[in-house]
Amino acid sequence: MLTKRIIPCLDIKDGRTVKGVNFTSLRDAGDPVELAKRYSEEGADELVFLDISATQDKRKTLLDTVTLVAKEVNIPFTVGGGISSVEDVGLLLKAGADKVSVNSAAVKDPDLINRLAKAFGNQCIVLAIDAKEIENRWMIHLAGGTVATSLDLFDWVKEGVDRGAGEILFTSMDNDGTKLGFANEQLAQLRAVVNVPIIASGGAGSIEDFRDAFLLGKCDAALAASVFHYGQIKIQDLKTQLANCDINVRI
Amino acid sequence: MKIAIIDYGAGNTRSVQFALDRLNCPSILTNDKDLLLSADGIVFPGVGHAENAMKSLQEKDLVDFIPTLKQPVLGICLGMQLMCKSTEEGNISGLGIFDANVQKFNSGVRVPQIGWNKGVRSEGRLFRGVPDNSYFYFVHSYYAPVNQSTSLITEYGIPFSAAMEKDNFFGCQFHPEKSSATGEIVLKNFIELCD
Repeated sequence: MLTKRIIPCLDIKDGRTVKGVNFTSLRDAGDPVELAKRYSEEGADELVFLDISATQDKRKTLLDTVTLVAKEVNIPFTVGGGISSVEDVGLLLKAGADKVSVNSAAVKDPDLINRLAKAFGNQCIVLAIDAKEIENRWMIHLAGGTVATSLDLFDWVKEGVDRGAGEILFTSMDNDGTKLGFANEQLAQLRAVVNVPIIASGGAGSIEDFRDAFLLGKCDAALAASVFHYGQIKIQDLKTQLANCDINVRI
Repeated sequence: MKIAIIDYGAGNTRSVQFALDRLNCPSILTNDKDLLLSADGIVFPGVGHAENAMKSLQEKDLVDFIPTLKQPVLGICLGMQLMCKSTEEGNISGLGIFDANVQKFNSGVRVPQIGWNKGVRSEGRLFRGVPDNSYFYFVHSYYAPVNQSTSLITEYGIPFSAAMEKDNFFGCQFHPEKSSATGEIVLKNFIELCD
């Protein structure tokens, strides 16, 4: 049986990991390669790198980072952040990325998903979505959640999959940063709308939160950043406890 | 000892090359027939759409060539699927090495299958030292049914061929280059077969 996946997410800026990574045993906690190896050894099933740099030579730096990671790490990883063309994706996959995630660019140009799926296959196209509830509707937000749109979460997910997205990475902005759990109700609703794998993101604070995302939210994978980076949850402990709850994980 | 990775514009060649590097196995990326013939082993990778990949093999005049290879050949993911008789993806003929018709998952499971799944009853030369029920990383929407060449079975709604073996031809539906330490054992076994 296919296992549920645990995915640490690393923010990358100018080739360095940012945001309070707190591994005392690492020589250089800002080195994406070292962190990626560490997570892989701890039992992470996959990694997501989100590039948040805004510099001119952003693309070249990111490609270099991707290649450095691909050389050293023997589990799959996804790269996202500012990807807006077939050319961008081709270069990232060539550099060694296994999957790419698109977000704002796909909302502005939905046909981008079709072009990417056609060029590279839908299995490597992850549609990343940031949404929050406004007047009882879940609305898509862009540019790291700063720009609201009039697009409905469930409509957009369905459209994205119809256009060729092979996986959905759903971040609930209402839950993100709260450490009070994932948006399980919305995740379960998404599950009923599409048949591709869904990655839950936003809200992880405890091992129980992951359990609930899998059991109540029916998601296929759960992504988190700070609980892993600060060492609050160890991936091995997490997986052992999930297995104790009869959740199928790779141990 | 050198492994040649068939270069026909198929996605994940870099990851395969890096994985071989990690095992200190020299490799080259090429579609030159002389170089392929002189390699000790061949890796036939593949990611993306079957029809595009077959077209690209035709353009490089490799369709009739690959089945005649005598050294160990390892097809990975789409590479393995193309080594079968046919595939539903684009309804095309494959290279006909494995006696299987590749089909799309349609038994109520999520498609694509993305993630780690168990290989049960590992048999054959690629799986020496790999315990039964080890996990491998899969990313695919199509599968080869279980057949006489099947060397590893995985269940996803139905049992399918996670790996196949016939004479000097090997195929893995999973990505050994992304399957952590277990995948490394599989690649190491393949490298040893090429010695």
